[in-house]
Amino acid sequence: MSELSVNHLLGIKYITEADIQLIFETADHFKEVINRPIKKVPSLRDITIANLFFENSTRTKLSFELAEKRLSADVINFASSSSSVTKGETLIDTVNNILSMKVDIVVMRHPNPGAGVFLSKHVDASIINAGDGAHEHPTQALLDTYSIREKLGDVAGKKVVIVGDILHSRVALSNIFALQKLGATVKVCGPKTLIPKYIEKLNVEIETNLRKALEWCDVANMLRVQNERMDISYFPTTREYTQQFGLNKAILDSLNKEIVVMHPGPINRGVEITSDVADSKQSIILEQVQNGVAIRMAVIYLLASKIKHHED
Amino acid sequence: MLPKYNSELPMSQKVLLNATEIHIALNRLACQLIEKHDDFSKTVLIGIQPRGVFLAERLKTLLETEYKIKNIKLGYLDITFFRDDFRRSDKPLEANKTQINFIVEDKNIVFIDDVLFTGRSIRSALTAVQSFGRPLEIELLTLIDRRFSRHLPIQPDYRGRQVDAINGEKVKVCWKENDGEDAVYLVKS
Repeated sequence: MSELSVNHLLGIKYITEADIQLIFETADHFKEVINRPIKKVPSLRDITIANLFFENSTRTKLSFELAEKRLSADVINFASSSSSVTKGETLIDTVNNILSMKVDIVVMRHPNPGAGVFLSKHVDASIINAGDGAHEHPTQALLDTYSIREKLGDVAGKKVVIVGDILHSRVALSNIFALQKLGATVKVCGPKTLIPKYIEKLNVEIETNLRKALEWCDVANMLRVQNERMDISYFPTTREYTQQFGLNKAILDSLNKEIVVMHPGPINRGVEITSDVADSKQSIILEQVQNGVAIRMAVIYLLASKIKHHED
Repeated sequence: MLPKYNSELPMSQKVLLNATEIHIALNRLACQLIEKHDDFSKTVLIGIQPRGVFLAERLKTLLETEYKIKNIKLGYLDITFFRDDFRRSDKPLEANKTQINFIVEDKNIVFIDDVLFTGRSIRSALTAVQSFGRPLEIELLTLIDRRFSRHLPIQPDYRGRQVDAINGEKVKVCWKENDGEDAVYLVKS
């Protein structure tokens, strides 16, 4: 059955491997579409999508907006900094007000984990989670695994290490779920203070030595140190972090194999990854961005196809 | 003795075209294409996914082997994202591959599909192909033209056989490479 098992995309945890494969196959078609001279299809011309960003974002917001426009949906944008949220309105009220203007799909980023799940239980629209606190960021994990599939042919059987600030990262959690559902093995690597306590419960091994982790893996996904989420010091200095966990050309060249380097962005050049590595041919950072649009088109298209048409 | 009732009997179906008749029709269609398009230097063939692709490939092979026309350009166009029944049908729409590796700008395009019924697929294809440029002219070739069933003012330029079928009936086109035989059936439900 070529239909998603869910009506919302709240996290990778809630979808099946078949869902992920269906999203990938659909994204293949959309990748062809966005490389045409005219990069637009009219499928969603009677769908309205609200992008609600209660937290800053550049790439995810642009990527979603572009995906929506390439599908011919009508788009409204909302940023919490310039809205009535600052006047004390609740989340449900804000969203219901927007939905009363006949909105079909809500794309939401929110600083609180579980905001998407909460909303999906209280409002009548399809919800896409674009990042909820340190919980999940499903479309990022989908585009990351899609990029691995594109580069290496398959995700199953591959060894992936996620390096950096695992504690504050929604990308890490969604990636772990997606990679495992697709049959890859996952390790995390970083300072002990930035690795969550019970992560082994997810069948993830911890490696605190970057070199060992790189020697083991096929793919290294480098995460950003999220200074804005850190209320205390998790490591002595940025310089020390870079020396222990920063990826540079010297360590990459000293490996006896060529690994794929990924980064979900935004990059702190010179901190978790040096410029020459980020721009090297082993890096697929820009492919990730391009695939992001195709993946988000696929997710929106598949969710929209579950909203039945009503003659009002 | 009366034959036993067999619930596994296929729905009643009538042969509209057998393998020989299809072979003759294909040859005629190929000749008609040559009459209009000469050496195909300004013409491209586009098979409509999914079922038009078999007919398009047959015609290309026929033109190349029997009529010695070289370098015929053939592409496949998927119309899923351009259909007007998205979210209106119970079955989810499944996409197929689009593959057009040539320029359609200022070319004569021949759309190729197996059955022309309501005309809605062709309407979608007309929109879809615009994403690849502005062709000079677009024509339509179908093996079966179901008369009196059109929802839109679309007619074929080349047709294999015209058929009168009532709405409950279905025209089924079988190809050797996909279905094991060359035949066209009228299936009564």
